[in-house]
Amino acid sequence: MRFSVYRYNPETDGKPYMQDYQLDIEAGDKMLLDAILLLKAEDETLSLRRSCREGVCGSDALNINGKNGLACITPLYSLRQPIELRPLPGMPVIRDLVVDLSQFYHQYHSIKPYLINHDPEPEIERLQSPEDRAQLDGLYECILCACCSTACPSFWWNPDKFVGPAGLLQAYRFIADTRDQATNERLSDLEDPYRLFRCHSIMNCVDVCPKGLNPTKAIGKIKSLLVKRTV
Amino acid sequence: MEIAKRSFDAVIVGGGGAGLRAALQLAKVELRVAVVSKVFPTRSHTVSAQGGITAALGNVTEDNWHWHMYDTVKGSDYLGDQDAIEYMCRNAAQVVYELEHYGLPFSRLPNGKIYQRAFGGQSQNYGGPQATRTCGAADRTGHALLHTLYQRNIQAKTHFFDEYFAFDLVKDQQGNVLGVVVLEIETGEPIFIQASAVLLATGGAGRIYQTTSNALINTGDGLGMALRAGIPLQDMEFWQFHPTGIAGAGVLITEGVRGENGYLINKDGERFMERYASHAKDLAGRDVVARAIAVEIHEGRGCGKEGNYVLLKLDHLGPEIIKSRLPGIRELAIKFAHIDPIEEPIPVVPTCHYMMGGIPTNLHGQVVVPGTNGEEPLPGLYAIGECACVSVHGANRLGGNSLLDLVIFGRAAGNHILDYLAKERPEVTLPKDALEPARQRLARWDKKGQGEHINDIREELRRVMQAHCGVFRTQAVLEQGIKKMRQLAERLQHAVLRDQSKIFNTARVEALELENMVEVALASVISAEARKESRGAHARDDYPERDDRVWLKHSLYFKEGDRMDYKPVRLKPLTVEPFQPKVRVY
Repeated sequence: MRFSVYRYNPETDGKPYMQDYQLDIEAGDKMLLDAILLLKAEDETLSLRRSCREGVCGSDALNINGKNGLACITPLYSLRQPIELRPLPGMPVIRDLVVDLSQFYHQYHSIKPYLINHDPEPEIERLQSPEDRAQLDGLYECILCACCSTACPSFWWNPDKFVGPAGLLQAYRFIADTRDQATNERLSDLEDPYRLFRCHSIMNCVDVCPKGLNPTKAIGKIKSLLVKRTV
Repeated sequence: MEIAKRSFDAVIVGGGGAGLRAALQLAKVELRVAVVSKVFPTRSHTVSAQGGITAALGNVTEDNWHWHMYDTVKGSDYLGDQDAIEYMCRNAAQVVYELEHYGLPFSRLPNGKIYQRAFGGQSQNYGGPQATRTCGAADRTGHALLHTLYQRNIQAKTHFFDEYFAFDLVKDQQGNVLGVVVLEIETGEPIFIQASAVLLATGGAGRIYQTTSNALINTGDGLGMALRAGIPLQDMEFWQFHPTGIAGAGVLITEGVRGENGYLINKDGERFMERYASHAKDLAGRDVVARAIAVEIHEGRGCGKEGNYVLLKLDHLGPEIIKSRLPGIRELAIKFAHIDPIEEPIPVVPTCHYMMGGIPTNLHGQVVVPGTNGEEPLPGLYAIGECACVSVHGANRLGGNSLLDLVIFGRAAGNHILDYLAKERPEVTLPKDALEPARQRLARWDKKGQGEHINDIREELRRVMQAHCGVFRTQAVLEQGIKKMRQLAERLQHAVLRDQSKIFNTARVEALELENMVEVALASVISAEARKESRGAHARDDYPERDDRVWLKHSLYFKEGDRMDYKPVRLKPLTVEPFQPKVRVY
C-alpha cells in the first residue's frame, strides 16, 4: 500500500514536505491507525498522537485523503491510494501529524462546560425523566477530537473569537440539560457576532464528525432560543 | 542539562478518573494542585469504560451495600482486603450521587432515578437472586464520567500539565518524597515538579499483553516509577482477562450486554455457561466466564473456520434496547467485527483487560511498604486507581467496581492529602544529586550507533506475556517466561533510538514507556511463578485448587534482587462481621 505523509520537524526542516511510504500489507480488516503504527515501527521519526485505538478518546484525528477523521476507525480498504495523511487543517503544526490544539481547547473552556445549578444538593440524585435525558443524546458523546472545528472555515479565520462547532455543541449540551440553571447566562455569552454567529451552516462539521453528531443542528437550536428570548 | 523547577502543594500524575477525582477534592479548597498527564486528560483510558459504576442504590431491585460488599469479597476469591472493600461499598452510593450532581448524564429510569443494570457476580441477600446494581450512562459510562470530572476541574481551576510524561519520583536520603521529574513532550525538556504530596494515578499496564482491551497509553508508568524508587508491587500475578473482547481486534464489549440478557454460545449454538455456572450462568465472575470460553475453544467447540472464538448473542434483545442502552458497543461491533449485533452475534475471546495488582496502599491511598513495625505509609506518597492495589479487587475484579474504585479512592486520597498538608508539611531541601537518576535515564536514550529498535522488543514482550502468563499457567511455561523476560530486559539495555530530536519525539516517550512495561511484565511473571495455587484470575493447571492454608496472602515483588515477600490479607472489615473464605460457586 502506498502512503504520502506530511512531514515537518522544526528542528531540522526548513519547510514541510510530503514523504512517500510503501507498506507490504493487505487492507483486510485493518484500520488506518494499524498501518500508521507499522509505518512508525519502520520510521521512528514519524510523530502522531494516539491512545484508545477504538474511536472514543479523540487523539488520532487527521486529515485523511482530504477529509478529517479518526485513523483508528477508518478502514484501510475504504481509502484510495496513495493514502494522503496531513495534520488537521488550520491549526499550527508542532511536528508531522501533531497540531497545536490550544485554541480549540480554549474555546471549549470558554463556554463553561460544566453543570451550573445553584440549588442545595439533595442527598440522592436529582431526578430527570428519560425524555429529558434523551435531549442530551447526540450532544454528550463528543470526544473533543477537533475534526469538526478544524474542518470549519469560520474557525480557520477566527479561532480566537468563534467558539467553533465542538464548543457550541457542548454549550448546547448544558443548555439542553434540565438540571442546568444557567441557560440565560449561556445564551447571553453566545449572543455575539463572532462567538456564535460566525456559523454559516455550511455543515462541514456534520460531514466529518466521526461520532455521527450534528453540531449544526445544535447551533440552530441555540440561535432559535436566542430569537425566542428576544420576542 | 539544567532541569527547570516548578512548585505546587500537590502533584497528581495521571489525568484519568482517579487523578481527576483527587484533583477536584484539592482544587475545590484552592490548594495549588498540578495534574500531569502524558495525554490531554479526556484521552485517558477511563474514557473506554462502558457498562457502568456499581453502587447499591436499589433503584431497580432491593439492595444494600452489605450485599455489594459480600459479592466483592467473594468475587475477589477472598484475596481482597475487607476493610477497604467495606469502605468502598459503604460509600458507593454517596460518590455516585456526587457524580450525578457534578452533571454526569446517567441514563434514567421512568421514575427519573439513575438507570441500573445487572452485572456479573452481583447478588441480593448474600448469594441469592441476581442484583441490578451497576449505574450506567448508556454504554458510555467511562466517557461520561471522565468528561464530567474534567469539566469540574476546569471550573475548579486545576492546573494541568497536558502532554507531560512523568518518568521518575524524586526522594531525599530519608525517603521523603519531593516531587516528580517530567518530560515536556512538545519541547523535549525535563522539568522537576516539586510538591509536598505526590499522587500516582497512572492507570494500568495491559499493553504488556498481545491481546488486550487496553489503550496504547496503558504502559504501567507509575508502577515503573514505584519499582525504581524501591517500592514493591503487590499481587501482580492477577491479570483479568475479560470474557468478551472482539475476536482479532481486542476492543471490548461490555458485560452490560450480558446484564441486558445477552448470552454466550459455542459452535453448536449451546448456551455453554449453564454447564460452568448453573446459577449465575453468563453473569458469573469474569475469571469464571473467561476460563469457560478458553475451555470451550480448547476442546474444539469454538466458532469460525479456526474454531478460535465464541459468539455473544444479543439480537433477541431487539433493536430498541440495543439502540438505547448499548449504542456504543453496536458502533464498535459494526466497525471492528463488521456485524450489526441487532442481526448477528458478535465473535468474542477472552482479552487482557485489568490489572488487579499494583502499588500497595492503605484505604487513604497512602503508599505502604513493609517497615520495622509492620506496614508503614511513605509520607507524602499516594497511589490510586488501577495503578494501586488497595486491595478491593483481590484476585478478580467485578465489573463496575473499577470506576467505583477510581472515585472512592480518588476522593479518599484527596481528603488525606488535605489533612497531611495541613498538619505536617515537612520542610524539605532538594539534595544536590537528587535529580541525577532522572537525568541519566533521559541521557541513556541519547546513545547513538547500532542497536535494536524498541518496537521489536515491545512486540516480543507482548508475545512472551501472552504465551507465558495468560489465562492458564504451569510451572514450566512460567519459568520459560521469566527466562525470556530477563533476556528482553537485557536486550532493552542495548536498544537505540533512531530519532534523537527534541520536539514532540514520541519515540523517546515510547522508549521510556517500554522500560516501565519491562518492569511490570517481570513483576507479573515472577509473582505468577511463585504462587502455587489457583485463585481468581491466576489459574494454574498444575495447582488447580485454591490453597487458603498457604496462599491466603498478598504477594509483594521487589525490583532489588527480584525478590518476593508476602503480607497477610486484611480479613477484618471496619464495622461489620468478616466474610470467611468459602468455596466460590456461581
